[in-house]
Amino acid sequence: MARLKLKEHLINRDWCKGCGICVHFCPKKVLEIDSQEKVVAVRPEDCICCKLCELRCPDLAIEVVTEQPDQDDAGKDSINTSRQGD
Amino acid sequence: MAIKDYIRQRYFPQMWCPGCGHGIILNSLLRAVDELGLDKNGIVMTSGIGCSARISGYVDFHSLHTLHGRALAFATGVKLSKPELKLLVPMGDGDALAIGGNHFIHAARRNIDITAIVMNNRIYGMTGGQYSPLSGPGKKATTAPYTTIDNEFDVVNLSIAAGASFVARSTAYHVLECIDILKKAIQHKGFSVVEILSQCPTHYGRKNKEGDAAQMLEFQKNTTAKLGSKALENDPTLIPRGIFVDIDAPEYCEEYDKIVHRAMKASQNGKPEEPLVNPLIQQSCVTQ
Repeated sequence: MARLKLKEHLINRDWCKGCGICVHFCPKKVLEIDSQEKVVAVRPEDCICCKLCELRCPDLAIEVVTEQPDQDDAGKDSINTSRQGD
Repeated sequence: MAIKDYIRQRYFPQMWCPGCGHGIILNSLLRAVDELGLDKNGIVMTSGIGCSARISGYVDFHSLHTLHGRALAFATGVKLSKPELKLLVPMGDGDALAIGGNHFIHAARRNIDITAIVMNNRIYGMTGGQYSPLSGPGKKATTAPYTTIDNEFDVVNLSIAAGASFVARSTAYHVLECIDILKKAIQHKGFSVVEILSQCPTHYGRKNKEGDAAQMLEFQKNTTAKLGSKALENDPTLIPRGIFVDIDAPEYCEEYDKIVHRAMKASQNGKPEEPLVNPLIQQSCVTQ
Protein backbone atom coordinates (compact mmCIF):
# COMPACT_ATOMS: atom_id res chain seq x y z
CA MET A 1 0.00 0.00 0.00
CA ALA A 2 1.37 3.36 -0.94
CA ARG A 3 1.94 5.71 1.91
CA LEU A 4 -0.05 8.91 1.96
CA LYS A 5 1.78 12.14 1.27
CA LEU A 6 1.63 14.98 3.74
CA LYS A 7 0.10 18.23 2.67
CA GLU A 8 0.02 20.02 6.01
CA HIS A 9 -0.72 19.75 9.72
CA LEU A 10 -3.80 21.85 10.42
CA ILE A 11 -3.55 22.89 14.07
CA ASN A 12 -6.35 24.83 15.67
CA ARG A 13 -4.49 26.90 18.25
CA ASP A 14 -7.72 28.09 19.85
CA TRP A 15 -8.77 24.53 20.62
CA CYS A 16 -5.37 23.05 21.55
CA LYS A 17 -4.77 22.90 25.30
CA GLY A 18 -1.18 21.70 25.06
CA CYS A 19 -1.80 18.39 26.88
CA GLY A 20 1.12 16.84 24.99
CA ILE A 21 -0.53 13.51 24.10
CA CYS A 22 0.20 13.99 20.38
CA VAL A 23 3.80 15.01 21.11
CA HIS A 24 4.39 11.99 23.36
CA PHE A 25 2.97 9.39 20.99
CA CYS A 26 4.23 10.75 17.66
CA PRO A 27 6.44 7.91 16.34
CA LYS A 28 8.64 10.37 14.41
CA LYS A 29 8.79 13.23 16.94
CA VAL A 30 7.31 15.67 14.44
CA LEU A 31 5.41 17.70 17.01
CA GLU A 32 6.48 19.91 19.90
CA ILE A 33 4.84 22.21 22.42
CA ASP A 34 5.83 25.85 21.92
CA SER A 35 6.26 28.64 24.48
CA GLN A 36 2.54 29.37 24.41
CA GLU A 37 1.76 25.75 25.34
CA LYS A 38 0.29 24.94 21.95
CA VAL A 39 1.40 22.19 19.63
CA VAL A 40 3.45 22.97 16.50
CA ALA A 41 4.76 20.72 13.74
CA VAL A 42 8.51 21.35 13.91
CA ARG A 43 9.64 18.51 11.64
CA PRO A 44 6.81 18.05 9.13
CA GLU A 45 9.23 16.45 6.65
CA ASP A 46 9.54 13.43 9.00
CA CYS A 47 5.79 12.88 9.22
CA ILE A 48 4.62 9.45 8.04
CA CYS A 49 0.93 10.43 8.13
CA CYS A 50 -0.06 7.74 10.62
CA LYS A 51 -2.60 10.26 11.93
CA LEU A 52 -2.30 8.99 15.49
CA CYS A 53 -2.02 12.60 16.70
CA GLU A 54 -5.30 13.40 15.00
CA LEU A 55 -7.03 10.29 16.38
CA ARG A 56 -5.77 10.78 19.94
CA CYS A 57 -6.35 14.53 20.21
CA PRO A 58 -8.98 15.08 22.94
CA ASP A 59 -9.61 18.58 21.64
CA LEU A 60 -10.06 17.74 17.92
CA ALA A 61 -7.41 20.40 17.39
CA ILE A 62 -5.09 18.68 14.93
CA GLU A 63 -5.73 17.39 11.46
CA VAL A 64 -3.18 15.74 9.18
CA VAL A 65 -4.12 16.78 5.68
CA THR A 66 -2.82 14.30 3.12
CA GLU A 67 -2.89 13.77 -0.60
CA GLN A 68 -2.49 10.68 -2.73
CA PRO A 69 1.16 10.15 -3.73
CA ASP A 70 2.25 10.68 -7.35
CA GLN A 71 2.24 7.60 -9.56
CA ASP A 72 6.09 7.55 -9.65
CA ASP A 73 6.43 7.58 -5.88
CA ALA A 74 3.69 5.08 -5.25
CA GLY A 75 5.84 1.96 -5.60
CA LYS A 76 8.72 2.79 -3.33
CA ASP A 77 6.81 3.38 -0.11
CA SER A 78 5.60 -0.10 0.53
CA ILE A 79 6.64 -0.34 4.19
CA ASN A 80 3.63 -1.19 6.23
CA THR A 81 3.97 1.03 9.26
CA SER A 82 2.43 -0.32 12.42
CA ARG A 83 -0.14 2.22 13.52
CA GLN A 84 -0.79 0.97 16.99
CA GLY A 85 1.23 -0.74 19.68
CA ASP A 86 -0.30 -3.42 21.81
CA MET B 1 -18.33 14.01 5.89
CA ALA B 2 -15.49 15.26 8.03
CA ILE B 3 -15.82 14.76 11.78
CA LYS B 4 -16.09 18.54 12.19
CA ASP B 5 -19.53 18.23 10.56
CA TYR B 6 -20.73 16.13 13.49
CA ILE B 7 -19.92 18.64 16.24
CA ARG B 8 -21.35 21.92 17.47
CA GLN B 9 -18.28 24.00 16.80
CA ARG B 10 -19.62 27.00 18.70
CA TYR B 11 -19.07 25.13 21.98
CA PHE B 12 -15.39 24.45 21.30
CA PRO B 13 -12.80 24.42 22.77
CA GLN B 14 -14.52 21.85 24.96
CA MET B 15 -14.61 22.21 28.76
CA TRP B 16 -12.69 19.08 29.68
CA CYS B 17 -9.27 19.45 31.32
CA PRO B 18 -6.14 19.26 29.14
CA GLY B 19 -5.46 15.61 28.32
CA CYS B 20 -8.85 14.29 29.45
CA GLY B 21 -9.62 10.88 27.99
CA HIS B 22 -13.24 11.82 27.42
CA GLY B 23 -12.12 14.03 24.53
CA ILE B 24 -10.38 11.07 22.91
CA ILE B 25 -13.55 8.99 23.32
CA LEU B 26 -15.57 11.79 21.70
CA ASN B 27 -13.03 11.79 18.88
CA SER B 28 -13.31 8.00 18.44
CA LEU B 29 -17.10 8.05 18.63
CA LEU B 30 -17.35 10.74 15.94
CA ARG B 31 -15.07 8.73 13.70
CA ALA B 32 -17.12 5.57 14.26
CA VAL B 33 -20.32 7.43 13.33
CA ASP B 34 -18.58 9.00 10.33
CA GLU B 35 -17.19 5.69 9.07
CA LEU B 36 -20.62 4.07 9.38
CA GLY B 37 -22.03 6.96 7.34
CA LEU B 38 -24.92 7.49 9.75
CA ASP B 39 -27.28 10.40 9.27
CA LYS B 40 -26.85 12.73 12.24
CA ASN B 41 -30.58 13.40 12.26
CA GLY B 42 -31.15 9.71 12.94
CA ILE B 43 -29.04 9.65 16.10
CA VAL B 44 -30.10 10.59 19.61
CA MET B 45 -27.53 10.98 22.35
CA THR B 46 -28.72 11.05 25.93
CA SER B 47 -26.42 11.70 28.85
CA GLY B 48 -26.68 12.12 32.61
CA ILE B 49 -24.53 14.30 34.85
CA GLY B 50 -20.79 14.58 35.20
CA CYS B 51 -17.76 15.37 33.08
CA SER B 52 -18.68 12.55 30.72
CA ALA B 53 -22.25 13.81 30.30
CA ARG B 54 -21.06 17.07 28.77
CA ILE B 55 -20.34 15.08 25.62
CA SER B 56 -23.95 15.39 24.47
CA GLY B 57 -23.53 19.16 24.17
CA TYR B 58 -20.68 18.84 21.69
CA VAL B 59 -22.25 16.50 19.16
CA ASP B 60 -24.57 17.74 16.46
CA PHE B 61 -27.08 14.91 16.95
CA HIS B 62 -30.41 15.10 18.74
CA SER B 63 -29.34 15.29 22.34
CA LEU B 64 -30.81 15.08 25.83
CA HIS B 65 -28.77 16.15 28.84
CA THR B 66 -30.77 14.52 31.61
CA LEU B 67 -30.70 13.58 35.29
CA HIS B 68 -27.80 11.95 37.09
CA GLY B 69 -27.77 8.23 36.27
CA ARG B 70 -31.00 8.42 34.28
CA ALA B 71 -29.56 8.68 30.77
CA LEU B 72 -30.56 5.08 30.01
CA ALA B 73 -34.08 5.63 31.34
CA PHE B 74 -34.56 8.60 29.00
CA ALA B 75 -32.96 6.67 26.16
CA THR B 76 -35.38 3.77 26.76
CA GLY B 77 -38.28 6.20 26.46
CA VAL B 78 -36.95 7.70 23.23
CA LYS B 79 -36.24 4.28 21.73
CA LEU B 80 -39.68 2.87 22.56
CA SER B 81 -41.46 5.84 21.03
CA LYS B 82 -39.19 6.11 17.98
CA PRO B 83 -37.53 2.73 17.42
CA GLU B 84 -36.08 3.86 14.08
CA LEU B 85 -33.60 6.19 15.84
CA LYS B 86 -30.12 5.14 16.94
CA LEU B 87 -29.52 5.72 20.64
CA LEU B 88 -26.04 6.50 21.92
CA VAL B 89 -25.68 6.81 25.68
CA PRO B 90 -22.24 7.81 26.93
CA MET B 91 -22.00 7.70 30.71
CA GLY B 92 -19.30 8.14 33.30
CA ASP B 93 -18.42 5.33 35.68
CA GLY B 94 -20.30 6.88 38.59
CA ASP B 95 -23.20 7.94 36.40
CA ALA B 96 -23.60 4.46 34.91
CA LEU B 97 -22.86 2.21 37.86
CA ALA B 98 -23.42 4.14 41.08
CA ILE B 99 -26.55 6.28 40.89
CA GLY B 100 -27.54 4.77 37.54
CA GLY B 101 -26.65 1.19 38.40
CA ASN B 102 -30.22 -0.04 38.50
CA HIS B 103 -31.12 1.57 35.18
CA PHE B 104 -27.99 0.05 33.73
CA ILE B 105 -28.69 -3.56 34.71
CA HIS B 106 -32.37 -3.34 33.76
CA ALA B 107 -31.65 -1.84 30.35
CA ALA B 108 -29.20 -4.71 29.84
CA ARG B 109 -31.78 -7.23 31.04
CA ARG B 110 -34.38 -5.95 28.54
CA ASN B 111 -31.86 -6.04 25.71
CA ILE B 112 -33.21 -2.81 24.26
CA ASP B 113 -31.37 -1.55 21.17
CA ILE B 114 -29.22 1.12 22.83
CA THR B 115 -25.45 1.62 22.71
CA ALA B 116 -24.20 2.34 26.24
CA ILE B 117 -20.66 3.68 26.45
CA VAL B 118 -19.11 3.64 29.92
CA MET B 119 -16.34 6.24 29.95
CA ASN B 120 -14.48 4.82 32.91
CA ASN B 121 -11.99 7.23 34.47
CA ARG B 122 -12.42 5.68 37.96
CA ILE B 123 -13.31 8.93 39.67
CA TYR B 124 -15.96 11.63 40.03
CA GLY B 125 -14.03 14.39 38.30
CA MET B 126 -16.53 17.22 38.11
CA THR B 127 -17.32 17.29 41.82
CA GLY B 128 -13.68 17.26 42.90
CA GLY B 129 -12.28 13.74 42.72
CA GLN B 130 -14.37 11.51 44.98
CA TYR B 131 -13.88 7.77 44.52
CA SER B 132 -16.43 5.88 42.45
CA PRO B 133 -17.63 2.24 42.35
CA LEU B 134 -15.00 1.66 39.67
CA SER B 135 -12.02 3.12 41.55
CA GLY B 136 -11.08 -0.20 43.12
CA PRO B 137 -9.31 -0.86 46.42
CA GLY B 138 -6.07 0.87 47.39
CA LYS B 139 -6.69 4.02 45.37
CA LYS B 140 -6.48 7.58 46.63
CA ALA B 141 -9.28 10.09 46.18
CA THR B 142 -10.37 13.26 47.95
CA THR B 143 -12.86 11.14 49.91
CA ALA B 144 -10.27 8.43 50.55
CA PRO B 145 -7.06 10.14 51.69
CA TYR B 146 -5.83 6.86 53.23
CA THR B 147 -6.88 4.85 50.14
CA THR B 148 -10.13 3.10 49.31
CA ILE B 149 -11.20 -0.29 50.66
CA ASP B 150 -14.12 -0.85 48.25
CA ASN B 151 -13.85 -3.44 45.52
CA GLU B 152 -14.74 -2.23 42.06
CA PHE B 153 -17.37 -3.50 39.65
CA ASP B 154 -16.18 -5.39 36.61
CA VAL B 155 -18.32 -3.63 33.98
CA VAL B 156 -17.89 -6.44 31.46
CA ASN B 157 -18.91 -9.26 33.80
CA LEU B 158 -21.73 -7.18 35.26
CA SER B 159 -23.15 -6.44 31.80
CA ILE B 160 -22.87 -10.05 30.69
CA ALA B 161 -24.63 -11.25 33.85
CA ALA B 162 -27.34 -8.62 33.41
CA GLY B 163 -28.06 -9.84 29.87
CA ALA B 164 -26.43 -7.38 27.48
CA SER B 165 -26.06 -8.96 24.05
CA PHE B 166 -22.90 -7.05 23.08
CA VAL B 167 -20.16 -6.38 25.61
CA ALA B 168 -16.72 -4.99 24.84
CA ARG B 169 -13.86 -3.14 26.47
CA SER B 170 -11.24 -0.84 25.03
CA THR B 171 -9.16 2.10 26.18
CA ALA B 172 -8.66 5.72 25.15
CA TYR B 173 -5.12 4.77 24.14
CA HIS B 174 -6.17 2.07 21.64
CA VAL B 175 -8.00 4.46 19.34
CA LEU B 176 -8.20 2.29 16.25
CA GLU B 177 -9.52 -0.67 18.23
CA CYS B 178 -11.91 1.65 20.01
CA ILE B 179 -13.34 3.02 16.74
CA ASP B 180 -13.76 -0.53 15.43
CA ILE B 181 -15.53 -1.72 18.60
CA LEU B 182 -17.79 1.35 18.67
CA LYS B 183 -18.78 0.72 15.05
CA LYS B 184 -19.72 -2.88 15.88
CA ALA B 185 -21.57 -1.81 19.02
CA ILE B 186 -23.61 0.82 17.16
CA GLN B 187 -24.51 -1.69 14.44
CA HIS B 188 -25.45 -4.39 16.95
CA LYS B 189 -29.17 -4.98 17.41
CA GLY B 190 -29.75 -5.12 21.15
CA PHE B 191 -28.19 -3.62 24.24
CA SER B 192 -24.50 -3.03 23.66
CA VAL B 193 -22.08 -2.02 26.38
CA VAL B 194 -18.65 -0.64 25.57
CA GLU B 195 -16.43 0.11 28.53
CA ILE B 196 -13.69 2.51 27.53
CA LEU B 197 -10.93 3.12 30.07
CA SER B 198 -10.32 6.84 30.18
CA GLN B 199 -7.85 9.01 32.05
CA CYS B 200 -8.44 11.83 34.51
CA PRO B 201 -5.04 13.48 34.91
CA THR B 202 -6.50 16.26 37.07
CA HIS B 203 -7.88 14.14 39.90
CA TYR B 204 -7.21 10.42 39.60
CA GLY B 205 -3.80 10.80 38.00
CA ARG B 206 -2.62 13.45 40.42
CA LYS B 207 -3.88 11.67 43.55
CA ASN B 208 -2.53 8.30 42.52
CA LYS B 209 0.76 9.60 41.12
CA GLU B 210 0.10 8.23 37.65
CA GLY B 211 1.64 11.23 35.94
CA ASP B 212 0.30 13.35 33.11
CA ALA B 213 -2.17 12.39 30.39
CA ALA B 214 0.46 10.78 28.16
CA GLN B 215 1.82 8.67 31.02
CA MET B 216 -1.69 7.59 31.97
CA LEU B 217 -2.24 6.48 28.37
CA GLU B 218 1.04 4.55 28.54
CA PHE B 219 -0.33 2.93 31.70
CA GLN B 220 -3.47 1.85 29.80
CA LYS B 221 -1.24 0.41 27.10
CA ASN B 222 0.91 -1.52 29.61
CA THR B 223 -1.85 -2.86 31.86
CA THR B 224 -4.24 -4.19 29.23
CA ALA B 225 -4.02 -6.96 26.67
CA LYS B 226 -6.16 -8.18 23.81
CA LEU B 227 -8.47 -11.14 24.41
CA GLY B 228 -6.79 -14.34 23.31
CA SER B 229 -3.34 -12.76 23.14
CA LYS B 230 -0.13 -14.39 24.41
CA ALA B 231 0.45 -11.45 26.74
CA LEU B 232 -2.84 -12.08 28.52
CA GLU B 233 -2.13 -15.79 28.78
CA ASN B 234 1.25 -15.13 30.38
CA ASP B 235 0.03 -12.43 32.74
CA PRO B 236 -3.60 -12.87 33.88
CA THR B 237 -3.39 -9.68 35.98
CA LEU B 238 -3.65 -7.63 32.78
CA ILE B 239 -7.06 -6.18 31.97
CA PRO B 240 -8.49 -7.96 28.91
CA ARG B 241 -9.67 -5.86 25.95
CA GLY B 242 -11.85 -6.78 23.03
CA ILE B 243 -15.34 -8.10 22.37
CA PHE B 244 -16.51 -10.45 25.13
CA VAL B 245 -20.08 -11.11 24.02
CA ASP B 246 -21.77 -10.61 20.65
CA ILE B 247 -24.94 -12.66 20.42
CA ASP B 248 -28.33 -12.39 18.72
CA ALA B 249 -31.07 -12.14 21.30
CA PRO B 250 -34.71 -10.94 21.11
CA GLU B 251 -34.69 -7.13 21.07
CA TYR B 252 -37.08 -5.28 23.37
CA CYS B 253 -38.74 -2.92 20.87
CA GLU B 254 -39.38 -5.77 18.43
CA GLU B 255 -40.85 -7.91 21.20
CA TYR B 256 -42.98 -4.97 22.28
CA ASP B 257 -44.26 -4.57 18.71
CA LYS B 258 -45.23 -8.23 18.69
CA ILE B 259 -47.23 -7.77 21.91
CA VAL B 260 -48.98 -4.75 20.42
CA HIS B 261 -49.95 -6.81 17.36
CA ARG B 262 -51.15 -9.69 19.50
CA ALA B 263 -53.24 -7.38 21.63
CA MET B 264 -54.72 -5.70 18.55
CA LYS B 265 -55.56 -9.06 17.01
CA ALA B 266 -57.13 -10.35 20.21
CA SER B 267 -59.26 -7.27 20.61
CA GLN B 268 -60.37 -7.44 16.96
CA ASN B 269 -61.31 -11.13 17.22
CA GLY B 270 -63.00 -10.93 20.61
CA LYS B 271 -64.89 -7.65 20.51
CA PRO B 272 -64.59 -6.12 17.05
CA GLU B 273 -66.16 -2.80 18.02
CA GLU B 274 -64.00 -2.06 21.05
CA PRO B 275 -61.02 0.19 20.33
CA LEU B 276 -57.61 -0.72 21.77
CA VAL B 277 -57.19 2.64 23.42
CA ASN B 278 -59.18 3.35 26.56
CA PRO B 279 -62.15 5.53 25.44
CA LEU B 280 -61.73 7.77 28.48
CA ILE B 281 -58.15 8.57 27.51
CA GLN B 282 -59.20 9.07 23.92
CA GLN B 283 -61.92 11.47 25.01
CA SER B 284 -59.59 13.51 27.17
CA CYS B 285 -57.13 13.74 24.28
CA VAL B 286 -59.88 15.06 22.00
CA THR B 287 -61.05 17.67 24.49
CA GLN B 288 -57.52 18.94 24.89
